[in-house]
Amino acid sequence: MKKLLALLLVAAMIFSFAACSPEKTKDADKAPEKTVPDEVEGMSMDDFMIGFIFLHDENSTYDKNFLDAAKAATKAAGIPDEQVLIKTNIPESEDCYEAAKELVNAGCDLVFADSFGHEPYMIQAAKEFPDVQFCHATGTRAHTEGVSNYHNAFASIYEGRFLAGVAAGMKLNEMIAAGEFTEEEAKIGYVGAFPYAEVISGYTSFYLGVKYICPSVTMEVQYTNSWFDITAENNAAKALIASGCKLISQHADSSGAPTACEDAGVPNVAYNIDTSDLGPTTAIISSKINWEPYFAYIIGVMLEGGSIDADWTGTLATDSVQLTKLNEAVAAEGTAEKIEEVKGLISSGELKVFDTSTFTVNGEELTTYLADVVDAGDYVGETEAVSDGCFNESTYRSAPYFNIIIDGITVPEA
Amino acid sequence: MNSYLKSKRGSKTDPGQKYKTKHEPLIHITKRTSVSKMAHLGYTLIAIAVALVFCGLLVTAISGIDPIKVYVEMFKGTFGGEVTKLKSYHSVAILLAISLAVTPAFKMKFWNIGAEGQVLMGSLAATYVMLKFGPYLYESMLIALMFAAAILAGMIWGLIPAIFKAIWNTNETLYTLMMNYVATTIVGYFIMVTDKSGHNNLGIINERTQFGWLPRLFGKPYILNIIIIAVVTVIVYIYLKYSKQGYEISVVGESRNTAKYVGINVKKVIIRTMAISGAICGLTGILLVAGTPTPSMNPDLVGGQGFTAILVSWMAKFNPLTMVLVSFLIVFMRDGGAAATDALKIDASIGDVLTGIIIFAIIVCEFCISYKINFRGTKKGENK
Repeated sequence: MKKLLALLLVAAMIFSFAACSPEKTKDADKAPEKTVPDEVEGMSMDDFMIGFIFLHDENSTYDKNFLDAAKAATKAAGIPDEQVLIKTNIPESEDCYEAAKELVNAGCDLVFADSFGHEPYMIQAAKEFPDVQFCHATGTRAHTEGVSNYHNAFASIYEGRFLAGVAAGMKLNEMIAAGEFTEEEAKIGYVGAFPYAEVISGYTSFYLGVKYICPSVTMEVQYTNSWFDITAENNAAKALIASGCKLISQHADSSGAPTACEDAGVPNVAYNIDTSDLGPTTAIISSKINWEPYFAYIIGVMLEGGSIDADWTGTLATDSVQLTKLNEAVAAEGTAEKIEEVKGLISSGELKVFDTSTFTVNGEELTTYLADVVDAGDYVGETEAVSDGCFNESTYRSAPYFNIIIDGITVPEA
Repeated sequence: MNSYLKSKRGSKTDPGQKYKTKHEPLIHITKRTSVSKMAHLGYTLIAIAVALVFCGLLVTAISGIDPIKVYVEMFKGTFGGEVTKLKSYHSVAILLAISLAVTPAFKMKFWNIGAEGQVLMGSLAATYVMLKFGPYLYESMLIALMFAAAILAGMIWGLIPAIFKAIWNTNETLYTLMMNYVATTIVGYFIMVTDKSGHNNLGIINERTQFGWLPRLFGKPYILNIIIIAVVTVIVYIYLKYSKQGYEISVVGESRNTAKYVGINVKKVIIRTMAISGAICGLTGILLVAGTPTPSMNPDLVGGQGFTAILVSWMAKFNPLTMVLVSFLIVFMRDGGAAATDALKIDASIGDVLTGIIIFAIIVCEFCISYKINFRGTKKGENK
């Protein structure tokens, strides 16, 4: 056995010496630069091929939202089915890089990926194929990576979540008025996927929306550490309900939480798809990102020429942030009108979602916060995000960077 | 109706049957003695062909798609185009490597179903070294250390159940299986504490510096991995077939008492063989991480191949060279199936169904070649 070990070690040494590289370069220290996106020459419809990479398939609410938008946008643009390639169930691993490569080899001129963890692999592929455009939703690095054919996109979904929160707040008030529980007992639960900015920003804006209507509300968060885990999401929702939560919302992609709510008769606010079929007596409304405008935009650039923004942010105005149909059977009276009213205030700029006078952190008002906008792999904030009494979310970069736990929200101990 | 039942019941007490004293089962199975290698190959090919035709019909029945199209897409998805081809060869190599790793233990009748965990621990050790020592060591030393750490980690993960088996005769099937879960959880925990993004994903390891990435030979990814595994294949083949230790393994596998009688130290053979199994797993582990174009680590890295490898090893009857072919077949079905379902926009599960049918056909065929099924009433003399 000693001989064998020695033999293996020697083999390892030989292989590695053959691979000896003369010096160690440290690219990491390079200062981030502003990415200048490629100028794309328009191409004819006959030559154009577009490829999509999705984390899961239509069984995931998150991916279904993208899939539906992709189908609708390509159809609207008149791209024939054979020129639209779709790869589903691509994990956030080397598989993503391979999938991107395969799509390029199949002739795609534009490759899109939908999950946060796909990003490094998309960048890798983008570097390898400079003639192909790569677009990635929810990523953070395109604006400073300096890879001109790699682009990010997101939407100001915190506005949509705030509005969904308004609907939830109305429901809470109705339940309080009906004597189901007291103001102090108004606690809501949130099933989140991972403890990072996108999720934290999401639940904070939702919470602030609820609080806007029902000031006494508190919120408890549970993480599942997975984007799609029906059992874990179901269990997390059940645990929250058991601990006294009167209403549940979630940022995870399965039917787990809405089903648990329907079973327990607890109102639910969802994300990305209309869940009223899962919870006819409990689903109130969902906020969602409508990706169709973005897809229409990138397809338009590819066909007509121009350049794709390194970092694109959809808003209420671009119709990228939407609410699904209100389930009148569950929602409190006057919810639709209230949502319209608040939507008007947000659109006009009168109401800011992350208005620092509406929340506290450790008992104090937030006056300064360095957000990690430039994602250089260091997780150190460098951009002042608070100004004029407001945390400027999705301003310096499309993907959310609000990652502060505010008072009133309890998260599990790390 | 009633009278029918009665008459049926009545027939059971038919005097003719009363005198049949020796009970003969409806079905009984006997071993066939000799089937020539050519016939064996022929039967297997026929079984695969029948399975393929059946799969085609099934796909058409479900989705209305021309089955030929499915096979064309499966082929394109695995061996069409330079890039896909290379990737498939690599998938074959990795599956083969894990199959090779479990084989010595299987030959010894030590049911090592812990390859998944052993590979994962190898990957984890390599990842740890990459992250921890990347900036401080010369690239050559770093890679040597990664190899050593990975092989050692795989070996240790294989040795633990082996030592328990050798000394206390614990059940190795359960033990190695459980070790898989322990490994998966350790990797999950490692990622949780190492990753600062909160997204539970290490992304590409040393993405900006490329520390510890194995070199590309001829400017292409995967080539180094494939060469290493090819060398390992030959070594394992020679080791099992021609070395004294390989012979000891077979003897222990055939009968532990015989082995003891002829003076083989059974405990030593068990421990040594599992060390080798684990070491090859560990080696595969580092190749899976550092030998890919985008080194990354996650609890699902091995993706169940530790279990598929068992199938490969068995189907190849523990012959390393046959394993190459079986690995090809499995990768063709697995990756080709996925590619075809994507290309034809049908549900991904259909790929798995097809794989299941084909493997089932091969196993049934194997069974029928090795054994004969006798129904009640067949005369004994009919057995070959």
